[in-house]
Amino acid sequence: MDTPDLNYAGSNKSRPPPANTVGIIGWIRSNLLGGPVNTCLTLISCYILWLIVPPLLDWTIFNADFTGDSGRECTTEGACWAWLDQRIYQFLYGFYPPDSYWRVNLAIILLLPALAYVLFDKLPFSRQGRWFSLTYPFLATFLLIGGIGLEGITTDKFGGFMLNLVAGISGIVLSLPIGILLALGRRSKLPAIRILSVSFIEFIRGVPLITLLFVAVIILQLFLPPNVTLDQLVRVMIMITLFASAYMAEVIRGGLQAIPNGQYEAGKAMGLSYWQSMRLIILPQALKISIPGIVNTFIGLFKDTTLVIIIGLFDILGQARVLQTNPDWMGKVDYETFLIAAIFFFIVCFSISRYSINLEKRLDTDHD
Amino acid sequence: MIDNSVNLSRDAKNVIEINGLNKWFGNFHVLQDIDLVVSQGEKIIICGPSGSGKSTLIRCINRLEEHQEGKILVNGTELSHDLKNIDAVRSEVGMVFQSFNLFPHLTALENCTLALIWVRKTPKAEAEALAMKYLERVKIPEQANKYPGQLSGGQQQRVAIARSLCMNPKILLFDEPTSALDPEMIKEVLDTMVELAETGMTMLCVTHEMGFAKTVADRVIFMDEGQIVEENKPDKFFNEPKHDRTKLFLSQILAH
Repeated sequence: MDTPDLNYAGSNKSRPPPANTVGIIGWIRSNLLGGPVNTCLTLISCYILWLIVPPLLDWTIFNADFTGDSGRECTTEGACWAWLDQRIYQFLYGFYPPDSYWRVNLAIILLLPALAYVLFDKLPFSRQGRWFSLTYPFLATFLLIGGIGLEGITTDKFGGFMLNLVAGISGIVLSLPIGILLALGRRSKLPAIRILSVSFIEFIRGVPLITLLFVAVIILQLFLPPNVTLDQLVRVMIMITLFASAYMAEVIRGGLQAIPNGQYEAGKAMGLSYWQSMRLIILPQALKISIPGIVNTFIGLFKDTTLVIIIGLFDILGQARVLQTNPDWMGKVDYETFLIAAIFFFIVCFSISRYSINLEKRLDTDHD
Repeated sequence: MIDNSVNLSRDAKNVIEINGLNKWFGNFHVLQDIDLVVSQGEKIIICGPSGSGKSTLIRCINRLEEHQEGKILVNGTELSHDLKNIDAVRSEVGMVFQSFNLFPHLTALENCTLALIWVRKTPKAEAEALAMKYLERVKIPEQANKYPGQLSGGQQQRVAIARSLCMNPKILLFDEPTSALDPEMIKEVLDTMVELAETGMTMLCVTHEMGFAKTVADRVIFMDEGQIVEENKPDKFFNEPKHDRTKLFLSQILAH
């Protein structure tokens, strides 16, 4: 097809950028070798990596022991991984009965679609999916604790990384709505609600989490009627959730304060009620602004679940301590067990962080 | 001091009746003994120096501001602490803001349908059809699926006008609708407002666009220091201002 030459009088001088400023070469030039200081830093970094990486690989893989029944059989200079094949289940499931591991696995597998329907829109069957997400907490509780038709398993059998996940995820799911309500309460015009919210937030933030956990486990029992017992794990989950909610409230309050007054007024002028304005106009914007802070709190909360060790629950760090003090393995697995625990935490926290970056990009409506 | 004798008879044609309105911000007496009656279909331009209370006055009409003394009746409903009355008034009164106040997380179309769906309980498809009708009326149907951040100031303000129109208001309040716009965009918004005026909408407009005032206004109100200093038909207001403060104000804004 004959296209007319629009480049009349040679006025259109548009041409592609120089080859050495784009692609891999361009990236290396601008990011690694941009100027003498930059080049020096690149060389120093390479040297440091060369110092660190090979010994690390030697220790973790090439010089490591992978088989054996006790620490005494780990004779090389490298890491001792011999415990993994017997003990990894304890790291993951604690004292949960091995023939019921499938219940934990199923709960975790079902968590993925339940989360997906909350976090992503535009999925097929979204209506049914949302209902599934709503019923998931009950389903998961049933799977983990048992009851009708399933063998009952008490929460003191919970442990390992599964305990971290249960406490962390329930804390994350509950602390966001509570934090939103506290943040709105703190900005309320009604003095009673405002004073309550402020006192709650300031009290919880002013006290270390460990103190709250001790209160939950030891002191709370003194106030409860003698025949009432509240499950140990439930108490811990409540305290972790309340602790995170106070921080969450302040993060969200920051977001709420960034919304111009005109947004509230436009909502009012259109006849929206307070809760409609909040849900449809203010919170979607405020939460979007608060994503980095919210995710920060989530990650902090998830890692705080390791504090349950001080009240006698054996999460993944607890299991590491157990193995480290086991006479068969003593002195051989100090780094290895912590490294495994760290890897599990890193996988979860890094996933949360990546998702939040993806979410921020998706919600950005300022540009095309 | 005030030209028109204030007639507070419950004439069905009076859509707004304001009687003895007083308002304070702290100790600052921002509105002082305001009386104003607006009949159906009237276009009223309110002008005056900044800080004269003109924005506050129209913001009292849909209770974005609370007044402390006096009576405001909108379509026969008195504005008081009664939330039902406030909701009733807000459903009759649309407002266009200086800074547009579009919802940045929603598309132009969603901005228009939000209140229809949640306040009027209109089914989504019907709400969208209605919103498209008004977006066409303000001549930007092609921008329906863009976000406010992707639109020019003039386009945003026209979406805001369409958003108000969707609720089928009996009265439209404009709070300096062109003050935040670049000069070349003022015209497109004013054109939209002129067309709207021709449909018989009751309009109260705080603006310094005197050309617009001359074209559409039935009455021009001049406010200063919280009082209505002078009100008159536009030709008389501009050609034979009575009050010294009006003369001074007109000489200042018409100097260029």
